[in-house]
Formats: sequence, structure tokens, C-alpha cells
Amino acid sequence: MGQTLFDKIWDAHVVSSNEGFPDILYIDTHFIHEVTSPQAFDGLRQRGLPVFRPKQTVATADHNVPTWNQHLPIKEELSRYQVDMLTKNCAEFGIELYGLGHPFQGIVHVIGPELGITRPGGTYVCGDSHTSTHGAFGAIAFGIGTSQVEQVMATQCLLQQRPKRMKIEVNGKLQKGVGAKDIILYIIAQISAAGGTGYAVEYAGDTIRSLSMEGRMTICNMSIEMGARCGLIAPDETTINYVKGREFAPKGEEWDKAVAYWETLYSDDDAEFDSVLSFRAEDIEPMITYGTNPGMGIGVTQHVPETASFEAKEQGSYKKALEYMGLHDDEQLLGKPIDYVFIGSCTNSRIEDLRQVAEFVKGKHKADNVTVWVVPGSKQVQEQAIREGLDKVFDAAGFPLREPGCSACLGMNEDKIPAGKYCVSTSNRNFEGRQGPNSRTFLASPLTAAASAITGKVTDIREFLKEKELV
Amino acid sequence: MATKIFKHIQTSVVPLPIENIDTDQIIPARFLKATTREGFGNNLFRDWRFDENDNPKTDFILNNPNYSGKILVAGKNFGCGSSREHAAWAIADYGFDAVVSSFFADIFKGNALNNGLLPVQVSEDFLKKIFDAVFADEHAVIEIDLVDQFIKIVATGEKESFEVNPYKKACMTNGYDDIDYILSKKELITEFENPLAP
Ligand code: SF4
Repeated sequence: MGQTLFDKIWDAHVVSSNEGFPDILYIDTHFIHEVTSPQAFDGLRQRGLPVFRPKQTVATADHNVPTWNQHLPIKEELSRYQVDMLTKNCAEFGIELYGLGHPFQGIVHVIGPELGITRPGGTYVCGDSHTSTHGAFGAIAFGIGTSQVEQVMATQCLLQQRPKRMKIEVNGKLQKGVGAKDIILYIIAQISAAGGTGYAVEYAGDTIRSLSMEGRMTICNMSIEMGARCGLIAPDETTINYVKGREFAPKGEEWDKAVAYWETLYSDDDAEFDSVLSFRAEDIEPMITYGTNPGMGIGVTQHVPETASFEAKEQGSYKKALEYMGLHDDEQLLGKPIDYVFIGSCTNSRIEDLRQVAEFVKGKHKADNVTVWVVPGSKQVQEQAIREGLDKVFDAAGFPLREPGCSACLGMNEDKIPAGKYCVSTSNRNFEGRQGPNSRTFLASPLTAAASAITGKVTDIREFLKEKELV
Repeated sequence: MATKIFKHIQTSVVPLPIENIDTDQIIPARFLKATTREGFGNNLFRDWRFDENDNPKTDFILNNPNYSGKILVAGKNFGCGSSREHAAWAIADYGFDAVVSSFFADIFKGNALNNGLLPVQVSEDFLKKIFDAVFADEHAVIEIDLVDQFIKIVATGEKESFEVNPYKKACMTNGYDDIDYILSKKELITEFENPLAP
């Protein structure tokens, strides 16, 4: 019987497999950041252990950092302490740190791929659930807790139970204005925020194949929002062209060897999956979420579901979510006034996202009632945007380009959405309080977010695109 | 390094019949700035427990003196969202030894097990029975036995068995931890890294 892509990579990394025990899985690269690492470093100190493979550990500061005036000392004391702690720990344990001010600094899931550290066939972990992003390269990548961060630091391995495999196929042609973010929000809305729990999900089908690497990363990024352990997409020419020539990508003979291996990385035709789901690209509208988990999404023209449409035992949680969001049964979001637009996070802060937004907002200006933040995923993205003059386009539109970090995705720094305010956000979580205490999040694509910033209300991007065709 | 040992508990419970409780609710991001594992219990369910002026919200169950105990019982898909282990630390630090739900998010489950906090997955039916029992009598006692893998509503004797990975069970009942186990296989790791070495 054939093998799935996931199993091929997993098997190539099993150090030891014992009946009744989880496998010991070798980790190629361990990414760390300031929030989930300090207790792990402490653990190592208590055990008197070094970091086993510091050269396979990559550190950056992203979750806590300010996105304005990054050259100044961090004002918030606890954030500064946590970032300083990372600097100290990295120095003590011999780990390279791409800290504030470093040209490679940025959101951990943006910098791994852009530096050529993330490659097909590899295993990547990080104390952050959106590590699934790296799976876009045809790799196994998932988030871990701090005890496991310590485990990987100490051994470069992780004890892991092999998950089940799911294949999600998307075939057909996307409507204009619909992109990768809409695809993944659509899938999660269909299968729910728990629909992928226990699975490694391989995305396939011609729609997925047609996506750029940035789009594929957006899809894999949100795998965790349906509960999946990880998401992955078989590597192809798009993948190989993206990796080629990047800072830490293999070079010369090494490159040829690597590519020859990568070309073997696909699920065999007769590989068996524990579950297979299929969706049609044509069915996908620009998506928006209305609730307090990413599974609570609808097409932008649809209405919020009625409480009565849920099973009795689910109605309490549903009502609580609507109440939090200040919405009611059957309400239409289209046309609802908003207060903030956040374009950023490891889901949508890559150069392609910024280019798409810039192209759309060129010659337009944001509505007066809206504050817009554009936060690049990394220093390199920021600099590239400036080289291309996107910052000028953004400035003219009232979309200031800030400095790289997680920012309003989780509101650990100053970038918080105030209580009760609505934010159309390109990030990945709309949980209660995620963007600031009592903030209200509508998750959407960069284009939907940009169009909503221009009109000041939730907007169907397709309306704009129609106008464009008429002229 | 030794971790907490868990074999058996019998206690009243705190019911939280809400589904999809994510780790941002369990411990909001702004409280993740500590660099040690202790003290997160103070901010457990922070925004449900306290208002913006830090006054307790009296309608939240943890602020209701009638409910207490070492078991938290919650709706399905508990612990979804962020991988922050701080969520497991906060629950354990608050004083819970076990969480009961009809479904757990993966990463949370792993994090809990790594911290001596037992996640007990029960059927939807049994979960409802527990909620019914607790809402009928706030002092209703639940027994959880990890060694024999069952959970029981003591007053009625209703019982259900639950699954737990045999390796993780051994860790919890003996207080072992994963790192000790992997370190015992260290030569296999170096061999894996360099299969051609003599
Ligand atoms: S951008 Fe948001 S989701 Fe991504 S790593 Fe940062 S906090 Fe996590």
C-alpha cells in the first residue's frame, strides 16, 4: 500500500518507536520566541542540561514587541523583561537570536520560510500553535507547549503519538476577490473549530495547487483553528522556486540533492487517509466570521445563524458568543460600521499580502471612522515594502505601515482594540478578548479588510471589483 | 525530574457548561508575561471572573462560594486555540487536579498531562449526567481513578471508563517525565543524526 506524504516525512524522522509508547520524533529546527521559552530555559538550568543542538534552534522576539519606534527601549516593563530574558537565555545557551533591530527579526512563522530555514520534508516545532504554517512547504510542523519546548531543547526530539491523516481537497476556479484566507475560513466554517482534531491534514486539489506559497502558508497556518495537529501541502515547482536562493537554503550540490529528495514527497495514489473531504472553489464567497471562534464564519452576504438552528445544548454557548459580539440572530454583517482594521499576523502579513492591499487601496482613502494598522510580518517584509514604495501608497490611504511583530493579533503589546469596538482583522483568532479586553473581531481576508477600511463598514470586495470592470 | 503524582481523587466539582473554551479565556495573553510557572491561577478565566476594575463578577461560577472542588467540568472542545501551557499551569495553580469534558483540544491535552493535570474525556451523555448532578446538588462528589481508568458520580454510582495513553498513565501515576525517558535513549538520537558514524 502507498504512503501519505505525512507518513513519508514522519517515518524519515522516527528515532525510536516502541509499542505502547509515543514515537521519538527528530526535530530538524526548533523555533523559539520570548513568551513560551523562559520556563523551558529554567527547566534546563534546574536539570543542569545544555541545549542539545543550539545550531538547530532559531530565536526571535515577536509576540511582545512594540510595532512603533522599535529602536527605543520597550516601554512596558514586563514585555521588556521578557524580551531581555530571551536575549540573556540565548546568549547563555549559544542560540542565534534575531532580536529587535536584527534584519531577520519578525514573526516566527514568517521568518522561517523567508530565510529558507523551512524546507520540504523537514520537521519543525515551536511553542506557538500556528507553527502549522510551515507545513505549506510539505513539512511536518506543529505547535507545542513549554514542557515540550524544554524537551526539544534538551534532546532535539519530541515524544509524539502519530496523528490520523485527513485529506481536504479543493477543486475548481475561485471567484474574483476570493483568496486563500477565504478558502480556509470556509473550510473551518464547514467542519467547525474542532473538526480536524487529532488529524494531520493534507490540502490537495487544483485550487490549492494554483496558490502561491504565501497563499498556501495562509491555509496551513489556520489548520489549528479546526483543531488539526498540523496541515501540509505536497511540494511542487512553486515550493522549490520559493525556497531557491534564500539565505539558508541549500546551495550547489546540496541543492540538487535536496530537490531530488523533495520530488519524492507526495502522497502515493493508493495512500489511505482516515478521512477525506472535498470542497468546490466556486462555492466559496469572501468570508467573514461573526462569532468567537474561527468556525463561526459565513459568506459576507449571508446572515448570522439563528439560535434556534442549533441543538439545545449548544444554544447557551451560541447566545453568549452573539451577546459578546453585540450581534443578534439573522443579522447581516454587510454594511455594519466598524472601528478598526488590522492587516497583519502570521496569517496575512507577507509581502504578497501587502502588495495586494497596496494595489487595491492606491488612490483611495480610509473612512474617517476607521483606524487602520498595517503590521508587516518581518523586518525583511517591511524593507521590501518600502523598497517597492508600498509605504507611500499606504500613507496616502491613511494605512500607516508599522514595524514587525504579532501586534493586534493577540494584543500583548500596546496594539489593542478597545473594549466594544469592532475590528476587521486578517489574523486567525476571534476569541473573546483576543485583540484586547472585550474587543470584537471579524476575521477576513486582506482584501475584505482593506475594502472595509475604505468604506468604514463590512464590505463585499466583489462590489469594488465589479466597478473596476465597468470602467 | 519528578512531576506530580496522580492516582485517584474524590471531590466536589466546579461546573462550567460552556463549549469551545479557548486558552485565551483560560488565561488571556496579557498575563503571559511572567517568566516562571507559578502564580497563573490568580488570572485563571480572568475576564470572566473579574470586571475591568478587577472586581469579581458575582455571576461567574468560580466566584460562587457554593461551588468548589478539585475537578473542573466543562463543555466540549475544551482548551482549543493557542498552545500556551500557561493555560494548564493556571488551572493547576488554581487548585484543580483534573478537567472533565466531552472533547479536548490536542495541544491542551498534552500540556495538561505534562503538568500532572488529568484531562478526562467522557461521553456527551455522561457529561450531561455530571452537570445535572452538580446543578441538583452543588456538593455532588465525583470520583476519578486513573489506575483503573474510571470516573464515577458517587451518589448514584453511575460510572464510565475513560481512555488514557498507557505511557502517559505510567508517567502520571509514577511522577516520571518525558525528558527523562528521551534522555535514556540518547545514543539512538546521535545515531539517527549520523548513521554513518562508526
Ligand atoms: S501573529 Fe498571532 S497567531 Fe501568529 S505567532 Fe503571533 S500571536 Fe501567534
